[in-house]
Amino acid sequence: MALLEVNRLKVYFQTRNGLVKAVDDVSFSVDAGETLAIVGESGSGKSVTCYSLLDLLPKPPAVIEGGTALFDGEDLLTCSTPRMRQLRGNDIAVIFQDPMTSLNPFISIGEQLIEPLIYHPDKTRIQGRKQARLRAIELLDEVGIIDPVARFDCYPHEFSGGMRQRVMIAMALINEPRLLICDEPTTALDVTIQAQILELIKKLQQTRDVAVIFISHDLGVVAGIADKVLVMCDGTIREAGDTESIFYNSQNDYTKKLLAAIPEGAKVLTNRSEPDKPLVEVRDLKTYFSDYSKAAASGGKKYIKAVDGVSLDIRRGEILGLVGESGSGKSTLGRSILQLAPTSFGTVTFDGTLLDDLNPKQTVPWRRRMQMIFQDPYASLNPRMTVYQTLSEPLLYHGLADSKSIDQQVRQLMDDVGLAYGQMRKYPHEFSGGQRQRIAIGRAIATKPELIIADEPVSALDVTIQAQILDLILDLVERHNLTMLFISHDLSVVRYISDRVMVMNKGVIIESGDTETLWANPQQEYTQRLLKAIPLADPRLERRRIASL
Amino acid sequence: MINQNSPLFLAMRRFRRHRLAIFSCCVLLSMIVLVISAPLFEIWLGVSANQVDLYSRMVGSSLQHPLGTDELGRDVFLRLLYGGRISLFTGLTAACFAASIGTVIGLSAGYFGGRLDALLMRLTDSVIALPLLPLLIVLAAIDLNKIGLPEAIVQSEDVSFYRIVLIVALTGWTTVARLVRGATLSLKEREFVMAARGIGASDRHIMFRHILPNLLSPIIVAVTLSVGSVILLESVLSFLGLGIQPPMASWGNMLTNAQQLIWEAPLLAVYPGLLIFITVISFNFLGDGLQDAFDPKAEY
Repeated sequence: MALLEVNRLKVYFQTRNGLVKAVDDVSFSVDAGETLAIVGESGSGKSVTCYSLLDLLPKPPAVIEGGTALFDGEDLLTCSTPRMRQLRGNDIAVIFQDPMTSLNPFISIGEQLIEPLIYHPDKTRIQGRKQARLRAIELLDEVGIIDPVARFDCYPHEFSGGMRQRVMIAMALINEPRLLICDEPTTALDVTIQAQILELIKKLQQTRDVAVIFISHDLGVVAGIADKVLVMCDGTIREAGDTESIFYNSQNDYTKKLLAAIPEGAKVLTNRSEPDKPLVEVRDLKTYFSDYSKAAASGGKKYIKAVDGVSLDIRRGEILGLVGESGSGKSTLGRSILQLAPTSFGTVTFDGTLLDDLNPKQTVPWRRRMQMIFQDPYASLNPRMTVYQTLSEPLLYHGLADSKSIDQQVRQLMDDVGLAYGQMRKYPHEFSGGQRQRIAIGRAIATKPELIIADEPVSALDVTIQAQILDLILDLVERHNLTMLFISHDLSVVRYISDRVMVMNKGVIIESGDTETLWANPQQEYTQRLLKAIPLADPRLERRRIASL
Repeated sequence: MINQNSPLFLAMRRFRRHRLAIFSCCVLLSMIVLVISAPLFEIWLGVSANQVDLYSRMVGSSLQHPLGTDELGRDVFLRLLYGGRISLFTGLTAACFAASIGTVIGLSAGYFGGRLDALLMRLTDSVIALPLLPLLIVLAAIDLNKIGLPEAIVQSEDVSFYRIVLIVALTGWTTVARLVRGATLSLKEREFVMAARGIGASDRHIMFRHILPNLLSPIIVAVTLSVGSVILLESVLSFLGLGIQPPMASWGNMLTNAQQLIWEAPLLAVYPGLLIFITVISFNFLGDGLQDAFDPKAEY
């Protein structure tokens, strides 16, 4: 018998708009030493499935309507609360997505780690402080924390994101669980850190023979780590099977759609750029922010050098990709070019005009010619404005439309970005993430700009939606003859869309070149590492790639 | 055409499910209707609110005096209605004035930041640090004649009312200012504000078109909750004899009068006290209901 056997699980949510079947008739099993990946887009019920096993769902609105979940022969869905607490501490552990919010900022790492040992619900397993400390240090060492003895007393803010996720893993493992549930454990991390964490999970699983349920939306990650895959959509299982059969021999249309949506390979459109005519010239741009924490410590004024001397040209008609990990300064660079972040030094020339010399009033006509698309479609639209108001605002502000032509123009814009005109009186919260991003794109192209800076425009979207938005962007660039700076941490996306790529690290551009040339032959060691860390959505290739690292 | 799914409409829909708040809302509305129609009652009962009738002092309730009379033979019911006019009107206007001042100060401090922020917030801190009651007593005691106001205003009956509204507005804006500043600080970093700046929108446009509409819900809640406390403050001042001046009635000065007769005619103290209690608690329930309704996390 398998370690965990879930049978016909049903979890419903009672909401204002009626009953939502979050999980509907889901069955699966996991064995010790096995990794089951649950794959699906947001809202597919993959997290709800796992949280319902551990009684971590808020009830109400959640109701477990039926099914069984036998863990070692014991039904998790009907066991008592004290017993569940015992199971959660001892036998089943969870690693959450965001390592930044999963640790208590006021308690040292070590203290948080040994907590489950010294306050163990099972009296016979309570350990002394000293013993617990030794055990914790041993584990910190195992998950790859350097100098664990000294780091034991550090607080969460002294660790980087990747290190915190390691601490979370150590915390999950401290009671030797038999089942480990990982809920998108690497989604919030950079690609190089992601590779390290995945390797760590894989290694720990093999040495300890635990069963792992790995929840993810990233098929590349899943291809490398899973033995079995469960594809979920709208609360139901669309397909289940071992990893190779899912990836190479899928029978299900939804799975095929997911696989097809992964951006892969080179750009199909021809490069329309005119090499000798730069639209934007950036020279030695520096954007510093004062760093109060360091200034207080040393007495002098210290700066965070977000952008530290960048020179680049954006050619008319090209899509220039800008890649880098979090904190590399790529977003700040984008905002500095648009004069939305205060630059400390250097110049930005747009179509022959020096933008730095203009005062805020004088920049207004230039703002019409350059626009921005933001990452989070939930934060980038004013929740109190309808689609119509959002789209008409730039037109009216720049006097591009009068009260007669405005309706026609908004209609045209909505048509351009693939929204039905009947939805124009709706508010942002009535739309899905992909539709919101369409609205945001509509706002950006409203003034018929020449330059668009897109800051991670597809990072917050599901993979199938991401593919649609990327195609929309490519289509609009082509039709409206746009020039674009495309900022992203996702290298596959950048490769799919860009003519030319720049790699940014610690505020400077370390390498640039035509996309395919750079992919084939990266010069810098950092670029090589970055490219090697991309997971491939192909189990055999992915396993070969991991083995070669 | 009203969109059934606009954020305000949704909030109203959530509000409708808050029974206590709906009940309070009804209580307050009927109270407002009653105090507005006070002159009608005057005609109907055939007596006026300030009419002294020493032959029928402190009589019990009758058809002519539904709640009896006070120590000067004035009709208690009518005086309660007129007192309610003053108390409710003071509460609402003072709270709205205070909220407007607070919004402007908080919005500018939060949006522009830097020195202006520091200056305005220190000002706020200083106002908060002022010992409110002694200050109010001093302000209420100022002889308006001596600061050069025209005789006509000083002599007019309403002057004590305006004085109270002004005093409360000038000292009561701090809560809203801090609230608005905090919300503005987080809103101005949101990407839709960045997008508006990208369009080239002016500071004024961003503040009033993009930030202010998103601040409305916390401001409305704060105003509602502060109406109650302003009514209490007015009663305290009037009770101390520094607020609304007799013969004009307010719930506070009716309590003062009743104080000396607490053994002979306890009901004279009970009626205004009860009304203050009901009004303040209704405003608090209403505020709670609005708060829940506007809470973006209250999705189901």
